[in-house]
Amino acid sequence: MSRTWAPWRRTTRLPVPADRGDVVARVEGARLRLGGTDVLRGVDLTVRAGEVRALIGPNGAGKSSLLGVLTGDLTPHEGTVTVDGAPVGSWSATELATRRAVLLQQVGIAFPFPAEDVVRMGRAPWAGTPFEEDDDAAVAAAFAATDTGHLAARSYPTLSGGERARVALARVLAQRAGTVLLDEPTAALDLGHQELVLRVARERAEAGAAVVVVLHDLGLAAAHADQVTVLDDGLVVADGPVLDVMRADLLTQVYRHPVEVLDHPGGGAPIVLPRR
Amino acid sequence: MTSPTTDAAPRTDPAAPAPTPTKPAHGARRTTLVVGGLSVALVVLTVVAGMSGQVPVAPVEVLGSLAHHLGLDVGPLPAHPQGENALWIVRFPRVVLALTVGASLACAGALMQGVFGNPLAEPGVIGVSSGAAVGASTAIVLGGSLVAGPWIAAAAFAGGLVTTALVYAFARSNGRTEVVTLVLTGIAVNAFAGGLLAFLVFVADAAAREQIVFWQLGSLSGATWDAVAVALPIALGGIVVAMLVRTRLDLLALGERAARHLGVDVERLRLVVVAVVALLVSAGVAFTGIIAFVGLVVPHLVRMVLGPSHRTLIPVSALAGAVLLLAADLFARTAVDNVDLPLGMITSLIGGPFFFWLLRRTRARQGGWA
Repeated sequence: MSRTWAPWRRTTRLPVPADRGDVVARVEGARLRLGGTDVLRGVDLTVRAGEVRALIGPNGAGKSSLLGVLTGDLTPHEGTVTVDGAPVGSWSATELATRRAVLLQQVGIAFPFPAEDVVRMGRAPWAGTPFEEDDDAAVAAAFAATDTGHLAARSYPTLSGGERARVALARVLAQRAGTVLLDEPTAALDLGHQELVLRVARERAEAGAAVVVVLHDLGLAAAHADQVTVLDDGLVVADGPVLDVMRADLLTQVYRHPVEVLDHPGGGAPIVLPRR
Repeated sequence: MTSPTTDAAPRTDPAAPAPTPTKPAHGARRTTLVVGGLSVALVVLTVVAGMSGQVPVAPVEVLGSLAHHLGLDVGPLPAHPQGENALWIVRFPRVVLALTVGASLACAGALMQGVFGNPLAEPGVIGVSSGAAVGASTAIVLGGSLVAGPWIAAAAFAGGLVTTALVYAFARSNGRTEVVTLVLTGIAVNAFAGGLLAFLVFVADAAAREQIVFWQLGSLSGATWDAVAVALPIALGGIVVAMLVRTRLDLLALGERAARHLGVDVERLRLVVVAVVALLVSAGVAFTGIIAFVGLVVPHLVRMVLGPSHRTLIPVSALAGAVLLLAADLFARTAVDNVDLPLGMITSLIGGPFFFWLLRRTRARQGGWA
C-alpha cells in the first residue's frame, strides 16, 4: 500500500511503548461547562500503562465528559490534559490516534461497509508508517479476540446490536494504541460477551496498555478493574484500588440507594448488589 | 480479579478462520471488470455519438478522424464534405462536455453523500445546483450576453459554494444529517433559489432571459470547445482533490468523533470537500444548466456493485457518470428526429422515480436512515 500524498501533513511523531506504571495521560483540575451545566468541577485523573481503570458513577456524573476531555474532543475551560507528556492540543489528530483508541457509546455507520472494512478502519492512523505492515495481523487478531471472525464478510448495519458492539471493539483493538478508552462497551452485550469484552480489556492491560473503561455494572468493575474512579456530580469522590473504593457506605451515598458489598464465597472479586 | 484463563469462553468457534485475505483480490477483480466495461462503453458511445446526427459519418470514419487528429495516419476520413466539421465543431465538443459534466456531477454526489453521511445527498436534491445556477444567472444578467465563460463558471462556483456551506451548516446535527432534515432543507433552498431565478428572469433582457431559461432545462446543445476549455480543467482539478481525500471519507462514515479518533482532521476535510463539491458542481452546471439526479443515481449503482468504500466509489463514479451522461445526451439528441430534447428533463424523468425507489428500498432494508 502506498502512502497518501499529503504534503500539508506534519511529520507524524510515532509513539514509544510505555513501561508498566508509566503515566500515559493525565487530567488535572478539569472544569467543563456544557449547555450551562457544570459537568466537570475540578477533576483529576491519572492513567497508567498496564492497568485497567474503571470509571463509575450515577447517570450524569460526568463519566463520558471526562472521557471526552481525555480524548481531546472536549476542551476544559480550566485545568490541563496531557497525553504522552505533552498537552493534548499539541498533538495532531493522527498522532493522538497512534496513542489512544476510543470506543464511543454510539457505534453506527453511514454506509453498509462489511465488518472487515470497519475493523480495518482502525489501522488508518498507521498508514504510511512502518507499522502499516502489521495491518493484516492486527485485524485478524482483533477479530479473534472479540469472537467476530465469522462476521467479517457481513454488512455492518445488518449485524445485531451485540455483534456491532463487538465489531466496533475489534476496530478499537486493531488500532493497537497504547491507551484504550471504552465508553460503556458492555451496554448492548449478553452476560458471556460482557465477560469477553472485559477479559479482552484485561489482556490489553496485561500486555502493557492503559485501559480506561466507563461501566455501569459495578460487579463487572469490581471483577475486572485494577483501579476505580468514582465520579459524582462532576467531582471525583473516590479513586483507588478496587477493594478500597468498592465500599458499601461510599456506593450507597453516591448512588442514593442502599448498596451491599459481599465477599465472594469462592474468594473472587467482591459482589456488589443494590439492596432490594 | 478473574484470571483470564479460567473463564468459560463464549467463543462459538475458537478456530474460526481469520478474515480471508482473498476477499480484497476478489473485489479488485470486480472493480477491474466494471472499469473495463465502462471504458468499452465510453469508446463505443463516443463512436456512436460521432456517427449520429444529420450529417452521416460511418463508424470507421469516426475512428479514422480521431486517429488523424491524434497524428496517426490510419483509417478513412469522413466522406461527406461536412463530416469533419460535424465531428470537430459540433459533436466532439459535446461528447467531451457530456463526459466532463457527468464525471463532475457523479463525483460531487459521491463526495456529498460521504461528507453528509447520508446516501441521499445530491447537488440537485439539496439545491446546490440551483445555487450555482443563481450565481451563473446573476453573472449573465449583470454582464449581458457578452459575459465570458470563465466568469459564468466563477459565478456558478460562488453560488454553489455559498449554498453548499449553508446547507452543510443547517442540515446537520451531531455530525449526521437525517434524511428528513436533508430533504426539507433541499426544498427550502430550491424554493429560495427558484425565487431568485424568477427575479433574475424578470429583470433580464430578452437575450439573458433566454439563456437563463436554457439553464433551468439543462442541455448540452450549446457545447463548444471554449466551454470545454473552462469546465474540463475545473472538473479534473476537483476529481484529483477528491481522489486525495477519499480514504478519509470512509472513516467519516463512522461519525465525526470516531473519525477524529482515527486521525482524521475532520474540520479541514469538511472544508476541502465542501469547496470541491462546489467546484465540481460549478463545472457541471456552468455551461449546461441544472442536470439533476446524476449525482444520486451513479454513486448508488456503483455502491451496489462494488461496495461503499470511497477508494473505488470516487473514481468509478466519475467514470460511470461520464458514460451515463454521454448515453443520456445521445438519447436526448437522437430520440426524436431533428429535436434536441432537454437533457435535464431526461435525467429528472429517470432519476426522480429512481430516487423514490431508493427511498423505499433503503428504508426497508436498513429500517430508516436516521
